[in-house]
Amino acid sequence: MPGKTLYDKIWDAHLVDEAEDGTSLIYIDRHLVHEVTSPQAFEGLRMAGRTVRAPEKTIAVPDHNVPTTWDREDGIDNEESRIQVEALNRNARDFGLMHYYEMNDIRQGIVHIVGPEQGWTLPGMTVVCGDSHTATHGAFGALAHGIGTSEVEHVLATQTLIQKKSKNMKVEITGQLPPGVTAKDITLTVIGRTGTAGGTGYVIEYCGEAIRGLSMEGRMTVCNMAIEGGARAGLIAPDETTFAYVKGRPHAPKGAQWEAALAWWKTLYSDDDAEWDKVVTIDAAEIAPVVTWGTSPEDVLPITGVVPDPADFQGGKVDAARRSLDYMGLTPGTRLQDVEIDAVFIGSCTNGRIEDLRAAAEVVRGKKIKDGLQTAIVVPGSGLVRLQAEEEGLADIFREAGFEWRLAGCSMCLGMNPDQLGPQVRCASTSNRNFEGRQGRGSRTHLMSPAMAAAAAVTGRLTDVREMM
Amino acid sequence: MDKFTTLTGIAAPMPLINVDTDMIIPKQFLKTIKRSGLGVNLFDEMRYDADGAEIADFVLNKPAYRDAEILIAGDNFGCGSSREHAPWALLDFGIRCVIAPSFADIFFNNCFKNGILPIALPQELVDALMEDAEKGANARMTVDLENQVIIRPNGETVAFEVDPFRKHCLINGLDDIGLSLEKAAKIDAFEAQATQSRPWV
Repeated sequence: MPGKTLYDKIWDAHLVDEAEDGTSLIYIDRHLVHEVTSPQAFEGLRMAGRTVRAPEKTIAVPDHNVPTTWDREDGIDNEESRIQVEALNRNARDFGLMHYYEMNDIRQGIVHIVGPEQGWTLPGMTVVCGDSHTATHGAFGALAHGIGTSEVEHVLATQTLIQKKSKNMKVEITGQLPPGVTAKDITLTVIGRTGTAGGTGYVIEYCGEAIRGLSMEGRMTVCNMAIEGGARAGLIAPDETTFAYVKGRPHAPKGAQWEAALAWWKTLYSDDDAEWDKVVTIDAAEIAPVVTWGTSPEDVLPITGVVPDPADFQGGKVDAARRSLDYMGLTPGTRLQDVEIDAVFIGSCTNGRIEDLRAAAEVVRGKKIKDGLQTAIVVPGSGLVRLQAEEEGLADIFREAGFEWRLAGCSMCLGMNPDQLGPQVRCASTSNRNFEGRQGRGSRTHLMSPAMAAAAAVTGRLTDVREMM
Repeated sequence: MDKFTTLTGIAAPMPLINVDTDMIIPKQFLKTIKRSGLGVNLFDEMRYDADGAEIADFVLNKPAYRDAEILIAGDNFGCGSSREHAPWALLDFGIRCVIAPSFADIFFNNCFKNGILPIALPQELVDALMEDAEKGANARMTVDLENQVIIRPNGETVAFEVDPFRKHCLINGLDDIGLSLEKAAKIDAFEAQATQSRPWV
């Protein structure tokens, strides 16, 4: 019998029931909940007279709709947003959820930043949330993926999920990253290589020297965008970096339980003789700082590149690229570094952690953002990230450079709160999706790393951060 | 959930790849706390201009396709977020079946939970159905889930695959939660054992 992958091991440890056709019931260790995808699920429970089976394993926080401006203690102006957040307040109370971080709690933040920060996310767990970026938690060697609202209701009622097992895909990043190249560049480069459907039907395990060399923050950035590659989940085997991050967090195990947990966590790796259904290998030395040029996260190019010609693509991508360039207002052959921007957004569950803010601050330290930028905001991923950044002096660096320093939330990644861009406004963004209309109707998103977004803020155009180092 | 057995209706062609969930239902409509009423905003930013007027050449605005119940689309349909508002919006508009070469994982799951049948077919078969759909109101197809065939306007049939458990749930309109709660004893037993082996969870 071949060895097991990390995914196989976690799957087997959570299997409650398996039918002959492979339809399985898996146990869920942590259920994260936010205000957008949960109201209909709680309503479903009410209508059926059902309760939440494990309120102690359910963690809720409002993040998508919350204002990030400093007057937020006064409440939410937008009525629909307010109703949605109030619905979560009420549901958390009515269903006895034991871990609720309300909007003005200092621990509030983007659900995928709060979970790891509070020690809810631990190696070997199953973690779900009604949010596709749940893949983030895979950085801990936890099987974590997004689910729909019907599945949220299912998990609330049963603490299990109906699943069929995915296939195993290995993405190995060999060697060391060149200077100026970050976790965001890795994850975008992988998607550029495999396409947005390249991971469909798979759980991806990221491995290799360059992945081992990443901090937990960087690993979360890589796994966060596994979904943009189509995968059900991304995983990174836990190691000393993981254990050091987890230890001492509020909800991490302590004492004898820590020792017991650690002993099990150390068995969580893919065996040498494990079998893979698909393998992708990329040499880290070949990865450059990248940006997206189109309206799909697979539209990735090194910053030194030029806007592509749709005619150079194949099949349906020809029309898709033409539509993208029309939407983005770009002409084939234009140097990416000559593309001028109007806005900068630093934040999101992809890049709203402390290390991201440090990297961006390092680039703008002592500099000013370009005159004429209509928006330049830094939105920490959680209240605690904000506090830490303020203590480290990062907030001052951003403010002195001309950025607005905000309160925690999803913000301009998808603009469900007032942080939105206008039509044809071009944004250097550290978020995860460059879809049409994502940051506001007609807005134009270029995805990149925090350091690259900071560099673009200084020059007012897409910029190779390596020239500023 | 409404049962899905056999559907005969107009098929609308949408020959775009990577149709994402932000296109299907933009974020401003995710603020609802209900499941219903999203059909009017299905494909909102492709369907209406900035002033809210219909864009005449968008497929679902064309007279022939306003009552479409089947959508034929390009590769990787439904990519992006987990928002179940996407299938809710399709369903509320009246779409009960989407046919494409491939689907994003979460969207695919979400469809089955709402009585929508997503069918993945090889590109050349989708191309043939796309040509059928482009014939306008004459593009009536039948999707027979029981027998797993699509009957084209010319009478030819196209077979498709569907997961047996999901087929069973769709045909009978079954509620997943009810089915899983029947396994409560197994869940209890798992939980008891896990509390022993992984007490820190």
